[in-house]
Amino acid sequence: MRYVDEFRDADAVHAIAAELRALVEPGRHVKLMEVCGGHTHAIYRHGLEALLPEEVELVHGPGCPVCVIPMGRVDDGISIAERPEVTFASFGDMLRVPGGRRRSLLEAKARGADVRTVYSPLDALGIARREPEREVVFFGVGFETTAPATALTLQRARDLGVRNFSVFCNHVLIGPALRAILDSPETQIDGFVGPGHVSTVIGTRPYDFVCHEYGRPVVVAGFEPTDILQAVALLLRQLREGRAEVENAYGRVVRDEGNPRALAALDEVFAVRDDFEWRGLGAIPHSGLRVADAYADWDAEQRFAVPGARIEDPKACRCGDVLRGLAKPVDCGVFGTACTPERPLGTCMVSSEGACAAYYAYGRHLARDKMPV
Amino acid sequence: MSGEVVTLADGAGGKASRRLVEGLFLEELRNPMLEPLGDAALVAANGTRLAFTTDAYVVRPLRFPGGDIGELAVNGTVNDLAVSGAVPIALSAGFVIEEGFALDELRELAASMARAARDAGVSVAAGDTKVVERGAADGVYVTTAGIGLLDLRAVLGVERVRPGDRVLVSGGIAEHGIAVMLARGNLELELDVESDTAPLGGLTAALCALGPELRWMRDPTRGGLATTLNELAAGAGATVVLDEESIPVRDDVRAACELLGIDPLYVANEGKLVAVVAPDSADAALAALRAHPLGAGAVAVGEIRADEEPLVLVDTPFGGSRIVDMLVGDPLPRIC
Repeated sequence: MRYVDEFRDADAVHAIAAELRALVEPGRHVKLMEVCGGHTHAIYRHGLEALLPEEVELVHGPGCPVCVIPMGRVDDGISIAERPEVTFASFGDMLRVPGGRRRSLLEAKARGADVRTVYSPLDALGIARREPEREVVFFGVGFETTAPATALTLQRARDLGVRNFSVFCNHVLIGPALRAILDSPETQIDGFVGPGHVSTVIGTRPYDFVCHEYGRPVVVAGFEPTDILQAVALLLRQLREGRAEVENAYGRVVRDEGNPRALAALDEVFAVRDDFEWRGLGAIPHSGLRVADAYADWDAEQRFAVPGARIEDPKACRCGDVLRGLAKPVDCGVFGTACTPERPLGTCMVSSEGACAAYYAYGRHLARDKMPV
Repeated sequence: MSGEVVTLADGAGGKASRRLVEGLFLEELRNPMLEPLGDAALVAANGTRLAFTTDAYVVRPLRFPGGDIGELAVNGTVNDLAVSGAVPIALSAGFVIEEGFALDELRELAASMARAARDAGVSVAAGDTKVVERGAADGVYVTTAGIGLLDLRAVLGVERVRPGDRVLVSGGIAEHGIAVMLARGNLELELDVESDTAPLGGLTAALCALGPELRWMRDPTRGGLATTLNELAAGAGATVVLDEESIPVRDDVRAACELLGIDPLYVANEGKLVAVVAPDSADAALAALRAHPLGAGAVAVGEIRADEEPLVLVDTPFGGSRIVDMLVGDPLPRIC
């Protein structure tokens, strides 16, 4: 399969692994954060941690869009979905995410709510046009990766004059999340594997502050084994040479300036919230998007009374520490016991891109002696 | 169970389904014939050993490339008998039909069942029909039950699986699930993937000739190869180690899985066989499978290893390994 096989070639992977061993400096422990949940998933799926020198530690960042939605927002979504006039359209992986009292959209659906899985917000708009008697609400979730599709859908809804469609907007921004992690006093991250898909939209320049203000290198990477290992090699080289720059190792997809049309659509349709709560990380200033005033008629939060409940993350859960690189999934007392992919307690166990879920699904045999029984 | 009501995850064939079956149905209905929870129950009567099974079909859409609900309803039940080491004799078919369903379409489904039954060498010997109000069912649901005569050469049982035994697969995986998903038409992917629905009696009979060297067989339907192998690991109390590169997946199926972000190990099959055989008989078993048109792509994908914690592990081409867990949640409801 082209564009996949060449990036999973075992010889190429082993060649980069050898390069990594030559790049580490004896005795210098290096903590690198892969920001994106897609990277976390790929690292475990392909068993890449086994190929890293022991001086290199990977920390799993906050870039799992499903995981970072706080429980209060899930409950707000459920309360909209349970209205009899509403058809609630969502990406499939949000359906199992538990809100407060561990209830999910999947359960709301089983109890009678009209919840439908869509693969694109345009599919949700299609439902609204086919079923004009229904109030169709799309659950907008994701970073700058998925936000442009939501923006284009809202533009189309306005152009077509579709009045029975709205968006429950939970889109978030990667830059402020990185800043929150860098500002956290205990955090010691030496460099970042930058997100691939987000960067196709925003480009590489929004990461400049990480280098200039915090002196940490960033390498934007794709999702195949050679992509990820190559990014680690570039980071080690920068650290060794005392540089802190943004490098683009995903040039086959990412342009430095990003995608101007997508950025223009985001600008027109969304406004930045003063702050937004992230599961595991708490409220982060200027980190979330809302529907802009010009599109208020298509904003589900304007159209329906939303309870706006705040629900604290469970005390036993250490997701916040995992996301900031202070703890590994197995360090958490409820990992694999009270918190499993079927019945997740914390954010990192929720989606297959979450650090704990990836670790549980693919890697728990590697640390069996550390596992709570 | 996931809350107080049934959710779609409870029907997906993964962990939740297992809890529903073990925690509710087995609790209430427990008896020695049901207890093993195999693909078919083994029944002895008047000195004859029979296999007995049933399965319900709710696939949407009713027709998809490579098959339809009628063919699926015959092959699925025939295969549950075949992998239990039985030669299918007769099936029953129950139809729940929604008011307003076109008679022409019903006739086509019945004709398709007849063709599948002929191919499998089995008769649909009994049936029942119920009609419900519009909206109370989605077109038509079919339930089939079947009996088969046990092949006395075979001595099958998950408890007979030993460390060192080889795991064989009869051909490319994930084709049925991807074909149905594409047939739903909401993905706008143009790929020619057909369901692999087929009767496995020829393949299973060829393997039964190995006698006790054949340990265990299954057809990996809902939940895919991953879920079936997890049941194997749990039942055998051993670890199943797979070699990632040897798992057969057609290129276009693999491409579709990559695009959709689905692991082919979790996608349903309706005409594939997984078998565990003694190491010394692995070559003979592969030759027997490959001699049959449905087994031309048969390969060894892994082996059984002794371990205190039963798991399914995949060795990646890069020297790492990962766990292959049971399916959690449901990527694709109503696949069969």
